[in-house]
Amino acid sequence: MWSRIASRLLTSLVVAWASVTAAFLALHALPGRIEDILAGDVDYPGLREAIAAEWGLDRSLFEQYAAFVSRIAGGDLGTSYVLRQPVTEIVGSQLWPTVQLALAAGVLAVALAVSVALLTAGRGRRARKLASILELVLASTPVFWIGILLLMLFSFTLRWFPVSGANGWTSLVLPSIALALPTAGLLAQVLREAIEKTLDQPFVTTIRARGVGEFAIRARHVLRHALLPAVTLGGWLIGGLLGGAVITEKVFGRPGLGSVTLGAVLTHDVPVVLAVVLLAAFIHVAASTILDILYLLIDPRLRAA
Amino acid sequence: MIADTKTPGGHGEPPLLVDIRGLSIGFAASGSGAPIVRDIDLAIRAGECVALVGESGSGKSLTARSLLNLAGDGARVESRRFHLRGRDARGFREADWRRLRGTVTGLVMQDALVSLDPLRTIGQEVGEVLSEHRILRGRTAIAARVRDVLGKVGIPDPEVRSRQYAHQLSGGLRQRALIAAAIAGDPDLIIADEPTTSLDVAVQAQVLQVLAERVREGAGLLLISHDLAVVSGIADRVIVMREGRAVDSGPTADVLMRPRHPYTRQLIAAIPSAASRGRRLASATPVGPSGPARAAPPPRRGPGDVPVLEVRGIAKDYPTRPGIGRAGSTLTALTDVSFAVRAGEVVGIVGESGSGKSTCAKIVLGLLAPDRGAVRLLGQPWSGIREPERRPLRPRLQYIPQDALSSFDPRYRVSEIIAANLAGLRPADRPGRVAALLEQVGLRADLAGRHPRALSGGQRQRVSIARALAAEPALIVCDEPVSALDIGIQAQVLDLLGDLRDRLGTALLFISHDLGVIQHLADRVLVFHDGRLVEEGPVGEVLCTPGHAYTRTLLAAQPRLAGGLPAHAH
Repeated sequence: MWSRIASRLLTSLVVAWASVTAAFLALHALPGRIEDILAGDVDYPGLREAIAAEWGLDRSLFEQYAAFVSRIAGGDLGTSYVLRQPVTEIVGSQLWPTVQLALAAGVLAVALAVSVALLTAGRGRRARKLASILELVLASTPVFWIGILLLMLFSFTLRWFPVSGANGWTSLVLPSIALALPTAGLLAQVLREAIEKTLDQPFVTTIRARGVGEFAIRARHVLRHALLPAVTLGGWLIGGLLGGAVITEKVFGRPGLGSVTLGAVLTHDVPVVLAVVLLAAFIHVAASTILDILYLLIDPRLRAA
Repeated sequence: MIADTKTPGGHGEPPLLVDIRGLSIGFAASGSGAPIVRDIDLAIRAGECVALVGESGSGKSLTARSLLNLAGDGARVESRRFHLRGRDARGFREADWRRLRGTVTGLVMQDALVSLDPLRTIGQEVGEVLSEHRILRGRTAIAARVRDVLGKVGIPDPEVRSRQYAHQLSGGLRQRALIAAAIAGDPDLIIADEPTTSLDVAVQAQVLQVLAERVREGAGLLLISHDLAVVSGIADRVIVMREGRAVDSGPTADVLMRPRHPYTRQLIAAIPSAASRGRRLASATPVGPSGPARAAPPPRRGPGDVPVLEVRGIAKDYPTRPGIGRAGSTLTALTDVSFAVRAGEVVGIVGESGSGKSTCAKIVLGLLAPDRGAVRLLGQPWSGIREPERRPLRPRLQYIPQDALSSFDPRYRVSEIIAANLAGLRPADRPGRVAALLEQVGLRADLAGRHPRALSGGQRQRVSIARALAAEPALIVCDEPVSALDIGIQAQVLDLLGDLRDRLGTALLFISHDLGVIQHLADRVLVFHDGRLVEEGPVGEVLCTPGHAYTRTLLAAQPRLAGGLPAHAH
C-alpha cells in the first residue's frame, strides 16, 4: 500500500520533470529569438545583448535549463517575457474560468452519457442503433465546429445566449455543451457496451429472481460494473476536456487558460508556456491517482492485491 | 399481496406448489419457431424434491426458468395449465411475476462467484430480497434476518461473513450464501439449477445437505442436474428430459434404480465407476462412422516396467504479496511429492481444488520449475534445464486440457491444429496423416476443413486428443478432460481414451475431481491433499480399502446412484 503510494509519487515527479524538459526543448527549437520578443518594437544597437544578459539568454542552453529547473523546484515559475508579470499571477487569474468550463462540461457529459446508456442499453434494436449512430457522429465531430453551429443557432438566430464573454451562467451554457457533446458520445458508447455485457452475467438472473425491477437492476447493480471501463477512459477524458477547453474558449471568446496559452506560444513566452505544461502534468498525475483510488472504491476485488 | 395459499390437492396431502400441464416454450426468433420445450407436465408439492435431469440442450433449465418467467427475451411460454401456489399464472403481467420472485420462488444457480453480484457484500445480496419486497424495514431488522438466514445455511460467523464479498469466501461458503440469498424471502419453492456443478465432492455433499434440510422443513425443491448420482440421493421424483421432451418420469426409485426406459438406461450405463471398468460406457450410443465396428474393446497391452515419468521429491512455494499490516509470506502449493508413471500406464490424480493437482501437472509439463526435487522424462532430466534443452523431448509429452476450444488458435482449421504437431513430417504427407488421426479419434475426415468453433464440445475434445496423438507421445497429461462434457459425450471420450491406451500403449496422467472417472479408467491413483501426496496405489486397493483418512472422506462424499445422500446422517 505505502510502497504503492511512494512509487506513485515518484512517477509523478518523473512525469513533471519530463514534461518540463520536453516543453523547454520544444520552445527553444522554435524559429525566432527570445531577445526579439522581449525587445518588442524598440530597437537600438546593444539592446538585444543587454536583454540577453539580463534574462540569462547569453548562457548555454544547458545552463539555462539547469537554472530553470532549479528555480521551478524552488516553487518560482518566473516572470512572463511579454507581460512582465509573475507567471503565477497570470495563470492563477485565468485558471478559474477554464476549470469552470471543464467542470461544467464534464458533469454534463457524464450525466448525458449515463442517462442515454441506461435508457438504451439492451432495449429495442432501433433505439439502440439510432443512439449509437448519433454518439458516433458526436464523438467524431470537432469541438470548434459544434461550437460554431451552437453559436449560429442559439446566439445569432435565436439570441438565447450571449455570443461571447464569461458573465454569469448564461455564458457558460453553450461552451460547456459544445465541449461536453463529443465526450458524452464516446462515454455513452463505452457505458452502453459495458452495461449490456454486464446484463448478460449470471448474477443479473439471480437478481431478477429476487423480484428486483429492471430499473433498480440497472441503477443499483449493473451501472457500478459498467463504471469500471468508463473510469479507465477517465484519464483520457480529463485530458480531452482541458484540451477542448482551450479551443472552446477561443470559439466563444471566453477568458481562460486557452487564450493565455495560445498567446504565450505565439509570442515565445517561455515561462508562461512552461507553467501551463507543469499545470497540465500536475492535473494528469492528480487525475490518474484519483482514478486509481476510484477503482478500489468501485471494485472490492481489486483491494486485496 | 399474494393470494390465499389454499390450494387444490388431495386430503392430507401437502399443497401443490406447482401444477403445470402441457408446457411448451419456444423462441420467435429461433429458426423455424418450433418449440424447444414440448408438452411437459410438472407438479411439485410442498416438502418434495422433483429433479429434472438430462443433457445440456435438453430444455431442463428453460423449463425451470419458466416458473419465474425468466426463460429469456422473446420466449413464448404456452401451457394448458400453469398454476403456481394455486393461482393461474397464465394471465400474469411482469409486475405480478416480480411479486412472486423471491417470495414464492427462489432461484439458486451454478457457481456463486458469478451468480452473486461481485461488487456487493454478502449481506447486501442476501438482504436485497427483504427490502425489495418490503418484508422487513430498517437496516437493523434486515441485518438481523440476514445473519439468521446465513446461520440457517450453515455459514459460521454470519456477522463477519455478511460484510465480506463473494470472492473472499471459499467455494462452499459462497454457494451457501447464494442459497441464503434465494431463501431469505422464505419462498415456498426453491429452484436449484445445477447448484453443485463445479464444486468439489465434499463441498457438494454439504450444499446438497443444506438443500435437503429446506425440503425437510417443508419447501418444495426443483433440482436441475446432469448428475444422476446427485439426483438419486435427494429427489423424490425424477423427470428425464431429452430434446425438450420428458422421455421418462416417476418416483426416483423406479426411474433410476430400476430403469426401464432405454434412454434412462443409456444415461445410467454412461456413468463411469468402479463397476464400469473394462467395459464401454457409450455402448448404446452411435458414434460417428467408426462406431459399430468397435463393439468389443481391443485386447489391452499391460503397462510395461520402464518408467516414462519419474517425479522425485518435488515441492513448490508461491510467495504472497505483503499487504497492509501483514508481511509477505509463502503459500506452500506442493510438498515433497514423488511418483512414477510407467509405459502404457494410466495414473489418476484426485484431490479437491487447492490440493496441488494443477501445480503438479504444470511441473510435469515443464511449465513451472519446482523449488526442490527433480523430474525425469524417459530417463532424461526434465526439470532444472533450460527450455531449448527440453525442446527435443517435448513431442513425447503431450497435454489434453479441460477446455479444448480455448487451447486452439481460433484462426486455425482442424487440419492446421493437428498438423502443428506434425513438424517432423514432409508437408506433402501431412494431410494423409491428419485424416488418419481424425479417423483414429472417430471423426469424419471432412471435419479437417472446419474451424473449431463450428464443432460440438465432444468433437473439440476429440480434435485435442488427435493433436496430442499426432506427436506420438509416450505420456499424455490429461487435465480434467471430460469434466466440461455431458454424460453421454463424456462416455464416448472416455471410451476413446481407453481404446487409445490399449492400442497405442500411451501412458496417461489423468487429473480428475470425479472419482468415478478415475475408478473407471486408471490403473493407479494418487490422492492429493493440501499439497501432499497422501496416498498412492492401485485403484482397486486405494479406493476400496483406503488407508488415509482424507481418501475415506473423499469416498464418503462421492454421490452414488444406489445410495442415499452421502456423508449425511439420516
